[in-house]
Amino acid sequence: MNDLLEYTLRLGDDALIAAQRTGEWIAAAPQLEEDVALGNVALDQLGQARSLLQYAGSLDGRTEDELAYFRDEREFRNLQLCELPTGDFAHAMARLLYFATYQHLLYDELRSSADETLAGVAGKAVKEVAYHVDHATQWVLRLGDGTDESHRRMQAALEALWPYTAEMFASDDVVRRLSVAVDPSTLEEEWTRRVTAVIDESTCERPTSSYQHSGGRSGRHTEHMGFLLAELQHVARSHPGATW
Amino acid sequence: MVTDAAILEAVGEVADPEVPVLTIADLGVLRGVRHDGDEVVVTITPTYSGCPAMDLIRHEVELTLQALQVGGRVETVLSPAWTTDWMSDAGKAKLTEYGIAPPTGRHAVDGPVMLALTVRCPLCGSPDTTELSRFGSTSCKSLWRCNSCREPFDHFKAI
Repeated sequence: MNDLLEYTLRLGDDALIAAQRTGEWIAAAPQLEEDVALGNVALDQLGQARSLLQYAGSLDGRTEDELAYFRDEREFRNLQLCELPTGDFAHAMARLLYFATYQHLLYDELRSSADETLAGVAGKAVKEVAYHVDHATQWVLRLGDGTDESHRRMQAALEALWPYTAEMFASDDVVRRLSVAVDPSTLEEEWTRRVTAVIDESTCERPTSSYQHSGGRSGRHTEHMGFLLAELQHVARSHPGATW
Repeated sequence: MVTDAAILEAVGEVADPEVPVLTIADLGVLRGVRHDGDEVVVTITPTYSGCPAMDLIRHEVELTLQALQVGGRVETVLSPAWTTDWMSDAGKAKLTEYGIAPPTGRHAVDGPVMLALTVRCPLCGSPDTTELSRFGSTSCKSLWRCNSCREPFDHFKAI
């Protein structure tokens, strides 16, 4: 697989799988405004996924639908952070804080990529993701600095997802060879600064776990990924070629 | 021979399916017309990456080209990224008339819109309003409430 295709799939799969999980909150969020907000966040992520998977598909002759619906688990390149089960609302906001802050830094750099398509997608997405970061930040502050129960849950969520954050910044030969890519290891310092600033202000403790999971970029996923894909793909696979 | 200006004017009348008082020219979604050999290429850009109105807009532009008997296609471009700065003054006036508060000021270049610019209630005109949610009924809007007339309303947020 060529490096540009591999890289574009990573970004596209992150956005696609994040959209699938975020979308699970629609009609299940704690209040109506939050259903709407998370529906919009998921739609932004899905739009980014479509642009990226269309581009990936153009590089090897597949459509966005073939890439989304007809690849198996080991062919997906997304971060494990994106596929973890929904959990409670504090988990959703911890994940959005971690992931959107990463996406924001990434897209901001990718805007000046020499690859015009990647730069174009990033230039659009960075504005959308800025709203996601803001939304997650407001909730982490409110829950962390809220009641004893909301504080306890926010703390638990921040800690539970922390071991899945280092994977975002793992550098490898693909990103080092590919001059149009952003080497994610260059984003870690600023990401840590921004995220810990929010955690500190929320009165939660910074997570201390040093163990970090990895494998998503090479197609090794958690046991939750298969169930997610079954839900995402079963209609398209049951009725291949169907249109509506 | 249909001129480019006539094509732009005709396709510019296509309405946004979600905010039907606005045309794609008012919104700045319509980016231009160019020629590729014998073919006319109309370029459009989405307001948000996931904007579900784009397929319908593309289809209606194609129908308009057919009605003009112009052979052409529609291309979606992402760059430069759409901004509410492109919305025409006529479009902003139509939005207010329709009950949606238009975008205020210029978009924030870095990060989210943190400036607390006053959003006037499009129904009673009061500047005394509160943001209920930064996300609204479509990607491009946020949800507000007027503290004077107590009516909730949509605000087209600046990006």
